[in-house]
Amino acid sequence: MKAGIVLVVLGVVLLLAGSYLGLFVAPAEQYMGDVQRIMYVHVPTAWNWMLVVITTFVSAILFLFTANAKYDARVEAGLEVSTLLAFLLCCQGSIWAKPTWGVWWDWDPRLTSVAVLLVAFVGILALRQFVDDPRRRAVWSSVATIIAAVDLPIVYFSVKWWNSLHQQQSTPQTVSSQFHLPLRLNAFGVLCLSFGFVVLRTIVAARRLEQEMAAPPIAGEAGELA
Amino acid sequence: MLAAALKKELLLQWRSRSQMMAVFVFGASSLLLFSFAIGPNAEMLRTFSAGFLWLGLLLSSTLTLSESFHAEMENRALEGLLLLPSDPRALYYGKAIANWLQLTVLGVALVPVMVVLYDAGTLQLLKLLLIIALGTAGLSAPGTLYAAMTAQVRAKQTLLPLLLFPLIVPALLASVKATSFVILGDPMQQSRSWIALLGAFDLIYWSLCGLLYGRVVEE
Repeated sequence: MKAGIVLVVLGVVLLLAGSYLGLFVAPAEQYMGDVQRIMYVHVPTAWNWMLVVITTFVSAILFLFTANAKYDARVEAGLEVSTLLAFLLCCQGSIWAKPTWGVWWDWDPRLTSVAVLLVAFVGILALRQFVDDPRRRAVWSSVATIIAAVDLPIVYFSVKWWNSLHQQQSTPQTVSSQFHLPLRLNAFGVLCLSFGFVVLRTIVAARRLEQEMAAPPIAGEAGELA
Repeated sequence: MLAAALKKELLLQWRSRSQMMAVFVFGASSLLLFSFAIGPNAEMLRTFSAGFLWLGLLLSSTLTLSESFHAEMENRALEGLLLLPSDPRALYYGKAIANWLQLTVLGVALVPVMVVLYDAGTLQLLKLLLIIALGTAGLSAPGTLYAAMTAQVRAKQTLLPLLLFPLIVPALLASVKATSFVILGDPMQQSRSWIALLGAFDLIYWSLCGLLYGRVVEE
């Protein structure tokens, strides 16, 4: 619990510092001007989205092998946080794309893959809502998470063949050194914030699961329900 | 065991052939409706015909897939099947192959409708059959697995497409591309790489879904 709160607070502080530097200190980009400043949140969101998706995928595999409920809680947390990050990613991308490319949306491999996985994860979260048996819910959502995550590279690859316009990924090497510090600060900020959310959400999910698994308190009540 | 499971599925499908007919009419009427979305522009309809064919097939496939575990859900027949001394994977592959055959037949039946409505004829019939077979294989492998899950919950009609549609984006994309190269001509020989992509997608999902099926129906 404490670790999660510390991570969230640290994330907010880092994000505030990085965004201040990115908005007011770093120079405007030569061709895109101030629009480019959205990259200070967009790129860190993209990196951390990938990290959260990978941890969710790993938790799903671990759940299928160990059947340990703690991994199910992690899967639930990972699904929700990566859905949030993917949604933010699509919004930030659209805000950047409109003034730069002139369109809100483009059928680029990265954009499309994020959108596809966003819909897939929303579908899995919906499935979780409709399954009452906690054991089945855990197994099915792990299976669906694995299937969706395996799909990601295939979607990326196929859409890349289909159409491409997105610029090459940014790494600190391709970015001028004046942009480094805000980008790095924000990358760690979003990292702390996302994993703080994952940790807190895992605790909530685990407690909820515990409650579901616990025997009904009074025998008479259970009899009435049945 | 696989042969017995497949035989059971095919027999079931044969006995419910009136449902198959209804699904075909649904697919054909959706092809009819797509043309109203575009307008009576013959050239444009021809250009988009491959996409419409696959969308019609995809929409119809959710109908057949969501019904495909209907018999197993009655009288807890699925549990009875799982008690048999055999691998649950045989059950999965039997059903997936039966669904695949059914969707292929449906796809082939929708082709004449597409040709008539959109003037999208082709003489490369074998290649078109190959694409339809590979594309529907991509639909039926994950579709059968998800149908096994959603058949057991409320709101299965909504959940199945919600889970399946994002997943089969690569298969849909490759099928549409390959089909439209067959219909509109393919001077650069590009359809081959799309067919290869479809084959790779099928290979991955036919093995992965078979592996995971045992976990989905256990207990």
